[in-house]
Amino acid sequence: MKSYLPTKFIIERDREQCISCQVCINQCTCQAHYFDSQDNEVYARPEKCVSCHRCVVFCPTGALRVRRNTSEYRDNYNWRPEIVDDITKQAESGGVLLTGMGNDKPYKIYWDHLLLNASQVTNPSIDPLREPMELATYLGQKPDSVQVGPDNTLAKNLPPQLKLDVPVMFSAMSYGAVSLNVQHSLARAAAESGTYWNTGEGGLHHSLYDYAESTIVQVASGRFGVFADYLNAGAAVEIKIGQGAKPGIGGHLPGEKVSADVSLTRMIPEGTDAISPAPHHDIYSIEDLAQLIWALKEATNYTRPISVKIAAVHNASAIASGMVRAGADIVVIDGLRGSTGAAPKVIRDSVGIPIELALASVDSRLRQEGIRNRASLVIAGGIRNSSDVAKAIALGADAVYIGTAALVALGCHVCQQCHTGKCSWGICTTDPGYTRRINPEIGARRLNNLLRGWSLEIKDMLGGLGVNALESLRGNRLHLRGVSLTDSELEILGVRMAGR
Amino acid sequence: MVKQAVMRGVKRIELFNVHGQRYIGTDILEPVEITIEGTPGNDLGAFMNGQRLLVYGNAQDGSGNTMNGGEIIIHGHAGDITGLAVRGGQILVRDDVGYRAGIHMKEYKEKKPVFIVGGTAQDFAGEYMAGGVMVLLGLNLEPGSKHNSRYIGTGMHGGIIYIRGDFEDYQLGKEVGVAELDEADIKQLSGLVNIYTGHFGGDATSILNGKFKKLYPRSLRPYGRLYAY
Repeated sequence: MKSYLPTKFIIERDREQCISCQVCINQCTCQAHYFDSQDNEVYARPEKCVSCHRCVVFCPTGALRVRRNTSEYRDNYNWRPEIVDDITKQAESGGVLLTGMGNDKPYKIYWDHLLLNASQVTNPSIDPLREPMELATYLGQKPDSVQVGPDNTLAKNLPPQLKLDVPVMFSAMSYGAVSLNVQHSLARAAAESGTYWNTGEGGLHHSLYDYAESTIVQVASGRFGVFADYLNAGAAVEIKIGQGAKPGIGGHLPGEKVSADVSLTRMIPEGTDAISPAPHHDIYSIEDLAQLIWALKEATNYTRPISVKIAAVHNASAIASGMVRAGADIVVIDGLRGSTGAAPKVIRDSVGIPIELALASVDSRLRQEGIRNRASLVIAGGIRNSSDVAKAIALGADAVYIGTAALVALGCHVCQQCHTGKCSWGICTTDPGYTRRINPEIGARRLNNLLRGWSLEIKDMLGGLGVNALESLRGNRLHLRGVSLTDSELEILGVRMAGR
Repeated sequence: MVKQAVMRGVKRIELFNVHGQRYIGTDILEPVEITIEGTPGNDLGAFMNGQRLLVYGNAQDGSGNTMNGGEIIIHGHAGDITGLAVRGGQILVRDDVGYRAGIHMKEYKEKKPVFIVGGTAQDFAGEYMAGGVMVLLGLNLEPGSKHNSRYIGTGMHGGIIYIRGDFEDYQLGKEVGVAELDEADIKQLSGLVNIYTGHFGGDATSILNGKFKKLYPRSLRPYGRLYAY
């Protein structure tokens, strides 16, 4: 069938600068460049281009530029190009539209409407260059009270805790969705920066057991790779109920991505589909969730905090309350912007609620009910920079997960083609030819650099506020003011309007 | 207590008057044998890895949840989601099982779980099945009556279900194919039935003379044509 889809991008090649070295041809995973021997020239097939910028970055002479295709549809606010293209795609394939990364639609980003405070005259700011700033964060259940024994030590042991030197962890990204080299980069960086990475639901590759102390192992509805050694390998176990990019639906890792090595960690035969059912079939209620939480506590002999991750949905705060009462030590909420290796586009773009509102309402609810101490609160989904982190902590989060930001640090240019398995940056693919593009040592260095930069910035913001510990910002919404927000938005966020 | 006993090196444990206690057999690393008199609670042997659990009574929900290896032998009925996501080992139930029995059973390398039910199952038996062997013997079905379960093998994409006794086509999931047993099937089945009668008694030959059908996944990729790229 002749495709009626327009070419999205055009590739401009400066003929004076191009030396026909064919680097673009080798780097492109979409065959958007080709060499014509007769002309002794490199040409483009722009209809194949996804604008990942791999060729642009690697062109040794800077001869390449990728631009949006300028042939415009007639203006129509209702029938926008994306909508026309989607219909065309479905008319030609008859399937569910897939996409990668997080929701890219112009829903309000509340971080951009929240502003932090700083000290002026009436209280001194603190210079983090000269004074110690404490970012250490402990995730896990905190007791209602502590008793100190005669020798000034705790009379009763605390429940198991995770210690983070920086309040930023790497989100769950399974082996199969991302490459092993990506997981090695994340694991190494987590170990070196004093934080945690998350296996996702695809099991733990044997070569990553060295990083076990910095690993959160995930148990999802497919139970892939879940067995006693795996559960006890990690520093914590996370039950994945839902994901911000696709709340309420399961996942299919297609058989062609289940290579020999992926089959080893998922513990399923090579080449078979890895199907994650939409619900956990042993969890149809809060009581059932409690049963799995306590089964995992039992299976790890009460030595690991148990985390439960849900997508931010309409009644997230009531669900979170149930999760805490079910025994979750860490509650993770993944918002509307949460990313994915593959999800139906219609789900990614239309289901869930913004993480800022979910976070504020969950934190408020747990406080009102007097159970906020019984679980730590971690959020995920669209955290872009250190000020997003600081604002999240002021709204009540204990820590955040970053996924896309970490992948961007590794080279991702957010071209949203994760679901195709042809990631030119070697991140979201299991093709051995492409996965070599990530060097775990360099990858870890890039991630460590990012976390270091964010830590320094968070310390600067804390110093400006006149506090010297992240704990003083946590849940302290007086440090925030809102701009361009309605009264309802301000009320849910628990934040005053700027100027008040 | 069970864990402490195992750590002291005890190899055989007998539990009496069990009344709904959960997670029996979980987080035990030694290959011990635990005999349970009474009614063990949910998640019996969850994440189990090589122990042997003998239950003299009925089991509740979730027996063998995500089991990696070992044996669970239940002299009675078992509840819902028995054998959820089992990857290895054997689960034998003398009588009936509840809803979603054997859901998402898998197999991996030499691990090929076996799940034998003497009676019948409620709906969604073998749903999402990805590997292993499930047997529904239907021994307690009245003459002329059919298996209880509807939606048998919905979403099945691996493994095999042997079913003895009558059922209607509408009771099967749409991903399931039906076939007569071939010689290899008969050989495998005869071994499995002998395991069953070895534990629970009965005459293997007369059981094997019953009317068996083999249920298999019609596609290893039931959801392959779902997406547009």
